[in-house]
Amino acid sequence: MVEKKRVILSGNEAIARGAYEGGVKVAAAYPGTPSTEILESLSKYDGLHVEWSPNEKVALEVAMGAAFGGARALVAMKHVGVNVAADPLFTLSYTGLRGGLVLVTADDPEMHSSQNEQDNRHYAKFAKVPMLEPSDSQEAKDFTILAFELSEKFDTPVMLRTTTRVSHSQSVVELGDRKEPPLKLGLVKDPKKFVMLPANARLRHPLVEKRMAELKRLAETFTGNRIEWGDKQVGIITSGIAYQYAKEIMPQASFLKLGMVYPLPSEMIKAFAKEVEKLFVVEELDPFIEEFVRTLGLDVVGKSVFPLCGELTPSIVARGLKGEVVPPPGEIIQNLPPRPPIMCPGCPHRGIFTILSKLKLFVTGDIGCYTLGFLPPLQAIDTCVCMGASIGHALGLDKALGEEAQGKVVAVIGDSTFLHSGITPLLDVVYNKGKVTLIILDNGTTAMTGRQDHPGTGYTLKGEETFRVDLAKLAKALGVKYVRIVNPYQLKATERIIKKELQRPAPSVIISRAPCVLSRRERMVSGRPFLVDPDLCRGCRACLQLGCPAIAWEEGNHDQEGRKKKGRAVIDKFLCNGCTLCVQICKFAAIKGEHE
Amino acid sequence: MNNKQVTNILIVGVGGQGIILASDILAEVFLAAGFDVKKSEVHGMAQRGGSVSTHVRFGSRVYSPLIKEGEADIYIAFEELEALRYLYFLAPQATILLNRERLNPPSVSLGKDKYPAEVAEILASKAKIFKSIPGRELASKAGDQRALNTVMLGALANFLAIPVEIWEAALRRHLPTKAQETNLRAFQLGRSA
Repeated sequence: MVEKKRVILSGNEAIARGAYEGGVKVAAAYPGTPSTEILESLSKYDGLHVEWSPNEKVALEVAMGAAFGGARALVAMKHVGVNVAADPLFTLSYTGLRGGLVLVTADDPEMHSSQNEQDNRHYAKFAKVPMLEPSDSQEAKDFTILAFELSEKFDTPVMLRTTTRVSHSQSVVELGDRKEPPLKLGLVKDPKKFVMLPANARLRHPLVEKRMAELKRLAETFTGNRIEWGDKQVGIITSGIAYQYAKEIMPQASFLKLGMVYPLPSEMIKAFAKEVEKLFVVEELDPFIEEFVRTLGLDVVGKSVFPLCGELTPSIVARGLKGEVVPPPGEIIQNLPPRPPIMCPGCPHRGIFTILSKLKLFVTGDIGCYTLGFLPPLQAIDTCVCMGASIGHALGLDKALGEEAQGKVVAVIGDSTFLHSGITPLLDVVYNKGKVTLIILDNGTTAMTGRQDHPGTGYTLKGEETFRVDLAKLAKALGVKYVRIVNPYQLKATERIIKKELQRPAPSVIISRAPCVLSRRERMVSGRPFLVDPDLCRGCRACLQLGCPAIAWEEGNHDQEGRKKKGRAVIDKFLCNGCTLCVQICKFAAIKGEHE
Repeated sequence: MNNKQVTNILIVGVGGQGIILASDILAEVFLAAGFDVKKSEVHGMAQRGGSVSTHVRFGSRVYSPLIKEGEADIYIAFEELEALRYLYFLAPQATILLNRERLNPPSVSLGKDKYPAEVAEILASKAKIFKSIPGRELASKAGDQRALNTVMLGALANFLAIPVEIWEAALRRHLPTKAQETNLRAFQLGRSA
């Protein structure tokens, strides 16, 4: 027997591997933590179409088209991405498909990198589609392949749910070979199935109910659902990462480990419950499994001892299962200075937020690195809700407050976010005659998720050159008459233009164009660090208000007479990349190049 | 109760210090040495100069990818303030490796908070074995100050009974050819630190 190759993969890489081995032909996604690496990893395999779509709705529709043509297709998104894709998802549940379709939802309990921690298991129940949930990378790979098979067998999209700790944890995976799927590709006309007019849709709905009843029966014998008998004093029903924590804390207990979290296996749960003295459900976020277990008339301990908010950890599970105190008191050092994420040295967003902060504007914000403009010292973001919301928020404020808001509100959005969900609200601004000024922070990439390409970069996910949409022309085509392009490293000129556009009683767009400092393709900063001349620095701290990680405050020493000298600013030459903002801010010309 | 067939390594520091690459290499070393291994970290927003922690666990069979508070056997801190932040993870008889580097968080840069004093002394009092390492200095000596992460892996290698060839092979696999010699030197300097 040939020994299988064993490697370490993250959950995301394992899903990509599973999709590859499972014969995927088309995969689409919009980047979003913690899902991004699935498509990045899949793009390295040859012979597949793997794309960044402008948003999750489009990604799902592309995958649907491929599946309607008989191909296996995968679409991946973060939990809130499913909200965007929900429109096609709910009706895809009715149409079904031909080739298998897997929708990966990467949930983010604890909101490590998200605006909410919605529990997307509810989507499976709501849209009436089955959902699998892996507990480690091996299962992530295996379940992806199983999901394709289930999808074709039951004519349904299958959701695969991960959480951050599965997506971004790495564990050992045994690799297999790619198997080409059984179906033939082709154009098959089947309007009763694919044209969801009311008359056809009414015929499809009963089929959905029939399918779910069949899947419920299947759940009783599904290979991913298993009982591990141990000591029968405690029985634990669990799934996903929670299984690993519970197993760590109480390895001797009996486990019902669920790989399919919707539909749930009633008979299996009842049989398990009957054998054990005390029954627990260990799950993150909502009591999704627990509520189902209660409908079976069973006595169970769940959210009365486990939290509804945040992610579980081994110690939180230990507290719930065994009443352990956590974390050990006295070991946490109180009042340490926090270290939040921060815009990079030389970040082009810093110039814009410095100006917005100075002008004390009400800034409707959006999703991206620039959301960090919220943090001190800049503190120049006043709303942040979802992709594209900045523009609608600004329009709503304009319409509600009229004169009172005029000239005081500005919307900011990144280039990738604008293309994801900003075009339609900008159209609304023009259509409904809003007096809104929008700043598009065009850094030529999807920065926060790790610099992915999008339709405004001129490159595809595979790095091939393609058409690059011109944001200025796009804004003009939507009907915006006043479109300005600024260089955010030129503070005075940019401030002048922002002030002017804010006074304009018409829609206007300012495109702040400068590449992300981490970009490998383009560079606008010199890369030559500046330093502070200690004789010229008066310690006024103006440069510190930029919130640049390269600039720090140094307390003054005591001189020979014991008098304390004034402190001053210092620049870390390893971090500074010469963006010049501090040079422009300093009133005493104390910041200079190394050889000046 | 800690499952003693599993060894827990917690690596903490600041986004951008090379911690994620170090933990990738580490996980591969344990796999090559024949262990089950799991590792957990957080990507995305947390990487922008924020506080970073990575959990690496190896042994005969590992369940949780996260270390339980109070059970980190080896604690590797790339930065002094971050070394204090995660101390509640330390096991009673822990080994601590500290890179002597202080990176000011925003509130310290702004002069609003004080950077904590006597970090090494606090850590030494909590550990069975405490080692202080001038990581950046050694990395610069090896030829590139960014090789800090390989210096720290070298320092760690002294506490794990894994053949040096396995380490070097993992380093070579994860690094571009032009960076390999510098990093192998950095690894050696870490080992003799």
